[in-house]
This record gives sequence, C-alpha cells and structure tokens, in this order.
Amino acid sequence: MQYLVSVIDDTGDLAAPEQQAAIDAFDDRLKANGHWVFAGGLTVPGSATVVDNRGEEAMFTDGPFLESKEFLVGFWIIEADDLDVALKLAAEGSKACDRKIEVRPFR
Amino acid sequence: MSAVEAREAITRAHNEEWARVVASLTRRFGDLDIAEEAAAEAFATAVQRWPADGVPPNPGGWLTTTATRKAIDRIRRESKREDKQKEARLWCDDPPEPPEAIGDERLRLIFTCCHPALAMQARVALTLRMVAGLTVPEIARAFLVQEAAMGQRITRAKAKIKAARIPYRVPSAEDLPARISGVLAVLYLVFNEGYLATGPDTDPVRHDLIAEAIRLARLIRALMPEDGEVAGLLALMLLTEARRTARVSPDGELVALADQDRATWDAALIAEGHGLVRERLAAAAAGAAPGRYQILAAISAVHTSARDAGDTDWSQVVALYDQLVRLDPSPIVVLNRAIAVAELDGPEEALAAIDPLEHELADYHAYHAARADLLRRLGRGRESRAAYDKAIELAGNTAEVAYLTRRRDQLE
Repeated sequence: MQYLVSVIDDTGDLAAPEQQAAIDAFDDRLKANGHWVFAGGLTVPGSATVVDNRGEEAMFTDGPFLESKEFLVGFWIIEADDLDVALKLAAEGSKACDRKIEVRPFR
Repeated sequence: MSAVEAREAITRAHNEEWARVVASLTRRFGDLDIAEEAAAEAFATAVQRWPADGVPPNPGGWLTTTATRKAIDRIRRESKREDKQKEARLWCDDPPEPPEAIGDERLRLIFTCCHPALAMQARVALTLRMVAGLTVPEIARAFLVQEAAMGQRITRAKAKIKAARIPYRVPSAEDLPARISGVLAVLYLVFNEGYLATGPDTDPVRHDLIAEAIRLARLIRALMPEDGEVAGLLALMLLTEARRTARVSPDGELVALADQDRATWDAALIAEGHGLVRERLAAAAAGAAPGRYQILAAISAVHTSARDAGDTDWSQVVALYDQLVRLDPSPIVVLNRAIAVAELDGPEEALAAIDPLEHELADYHAYHAARADLLRRLGRGRESRAAYDKAIELAGNTAEVAYLTRRRDQLE
C-alpha cells in the first residue's frame, strides 16, 4: 500500500543544513527498510501554473489552484503495510524536516 | 416458546454476542461494513425465526454462522467476491495469533474503532455501534446530534479505516500506552451511557453497557497492569457500579447520593475499587502524577468510605476536584467541584461558582439541576422551580426526570 506523505509549510524556505542532514538520514532509512518509492521538494506556490484544457482552448493561469496560508513544499511516496506503519514513518519525517505532515493513502 | 421468552433470548444474545459476531466477521472478511450489516441481518433473522423455531442451543454460534452466510450472500450479490477476498487477505495479513495473545477478539475491534487517526467523536460513535451494538438513533441521542449526521459520522469513519488501511489488530507493546488513553475515553463514555441511559422508553440504567465497559476495562487492565489510568478508570467504574442498586428506587426514581441506603452498596466491588485506588495512591506517593480517572476514582473512594453522607470528608473531595480542575478546567469539572463546595462552604459560594457557566452549559441538564438544588437551599423557590423545569426538559434519563419532578413539586 502506498501513501502520499505531504510536507506542509507556510514559508517557501529551504531546509536548514541540519534539517537537510536529518532528511537525508531519514531517506536512507526509508530505502534500507523498503519503504522508499519517491520523494521531492517543491518551489513556492507562486511558481505554479494552472492548466485547464477541458474546453476548446487550453487556459493557462498564473499561480496555484488554491491560495492558502499553508501549502505543499515537498512530499514522499512511501510503501507501508498499513496506516500504523505509515504514521510512524511520517512522524519521523516530520521530526527530520521540522514541518507538519499530511498522510494520505493512494487508491 | 412464548414471544416474550424469545424476545428476552434475543436481547440477551444481543448484549452478549453482538461484538463477538462483528469482531469475528471483521476478522474473516476484513471489512467493518460487511461485518456490521451481516450482524444486524443475523439478529433480524433471529427476531423472525426464534419465536417459531425456538432459541438455538448455542445462540452465539447460530448468530455467527447466520451472519457469515449473510456476508457471503452480500459479497456474491455484489459480485466482487475476488476483490473483497483479496482485500481481506491484504488487510489482515498478520499471521493468526494464539488465543492467549489475542486476549479477546473484541479487543482488536475496540483498538481499531479507537484508532488515533479517527476523530474522537468518530471513535466513540464507532465503538458504540460496532462494539456495544447500539443503534444509530441511540448513539445520536446520547450525543445530542441528528440521526442522519451520526449515521454519516459512522459511515465516514468506516470509509477512512478501509481507505487508509487502519489495521485490525491490538497495537504492539511499544505502541500500547499511547493508544490506551483514547480507548479509555471511549469506555468511560460507554459506561456513562449505561449508567445514565437516555431515551423515554429506555431503562434508566443499561446494565449491558455498564457490564461491557467494565469487562473491557478489566481486559485492558490485564493487558496493561502498569498503567495508572487504566487502574483509575476501572476503579471509578467499580465504585460507581457498586452503588447502582441504591441509585434508583423501586418505583424508578433516582436516589441522590446523600439519601442512598449504603447497606445495599456492593461491598465486594467497593473493596476491589478501593484496592485499586490504594495502589494508585502508593504510586502517586512515589512520584507518579495521577491522571483524571485516578482523581475521579479517588473522589469516589472518599464517598464510598463514608459510613453515612454526614461522614463524608468534603474538604478531601474539594481538594481532589481542585487537582482535577488544574488538569482539566472544563465547565463540567467546574460544575462538579461547585457541588462539593456547596457541602463545604454553603450553597451561596457554590452558586457564585456556577453562574459563569450559564452560557457554556445552557443545554446540560445537570447544570440546571444543580442550580435548582442550590436555589432551593437558599429559599429562592421561584427561581428554583424555573431551573427544575429547565432540567426536566433537558434530562433524558427517566429516573432522573422522576426525581427532578418530585423535587420541583415539593417546592413551597
């Protein structure tokens, strides 16, 4: 079972060096224990473009689809047997990057 | 077999077997929805069949077999048999454990229903439906919400358990302490619903819920003998249950603590409860900070140690409430402290303490009942009557309504 582990923040700041080290160590543990699928960091929502090609012509809109005080700054996709395992890993991840995290299962 | 006998057998089976049927079907099919629906269908079938066919020699076995058949029928009907079975295998992939490790199949069910990824309200609702077997209208009434909203709350919780794959198992030893407090809060709510059952046609005390709450609390105590709050909650339940028969008069009226016949209190339950409280007092003396259940149990121990109401050590009770207010300054705790203050410092002090709660507790019958009593003691009959009226209007418990009505009608 795969879970999207989203990192939530209200700044677009890069991880501090000690946070980055903790994140790298966490990534290594994910890989060593077979939980790793994918991960990535994102730039600020202001760099996003919304595309809508449901009509006759593709529409491009500057900015994120939802303006909010807190936003997605990065994510992991992890493989875990059940939610208990996923929540435990997410708690480690939250500690490593010092940010709030949302866990959401894939269908 | 008479219809009455059959109905009694079904009620008994519902109290004793509901959670077991749901738990075993959940284990087998890996799906709370299927388990709940099939269990309900099995009981409905019993209602139809038992009066004519007689009660089967092993009602629990009959119900589990019938429910299993209903579940398989449903899965076939939905023609998703392959998918469901695959899902079930995935979800319950832990190897079968020896029976002594499981302790009780229902414990799995309760830990899943009380999972921290579910909102507290959802945990309570789900536990009452899946473990205690209350109907959605009963649960809605217990929590003063609309039936449809309560139904939705339960449906959403089940959907999340499935989609997020909340596991169906007792947590590992390492996770157990963190998971226990949510379970205790749920058990306490179940106990209180049994103790002060709501509903115009409901018995004032629902022994099935009380027994279920105590039984589960004992089980968790056996699993976690070191946990102070588990011991505290069990002690609190025992000391409350010990006074049960004294609490409702033969004609179905609530009897206030001061007026109870203390000779009818259950001495064995009190001794067991006091033993647990002593154990926790020793732990507190050694530096363990008591949680709210331990403090509530200690308050109950003070009451059950008094030979008669006049002997009650009210300064001790108020001191314990002070400790509780520091831990949990909720309006209901402040209200209960004030009721003790009335005995120590008089009704005027107590009234001053509860007046600020008027807005927050406007819909809480016990607030109006406490106020009515204080106003009565202060000789403010007209205001007291109005407060009794409000309390009677809001109280859902039949014994309490009878008590409040008599007190109101005794006013000058």
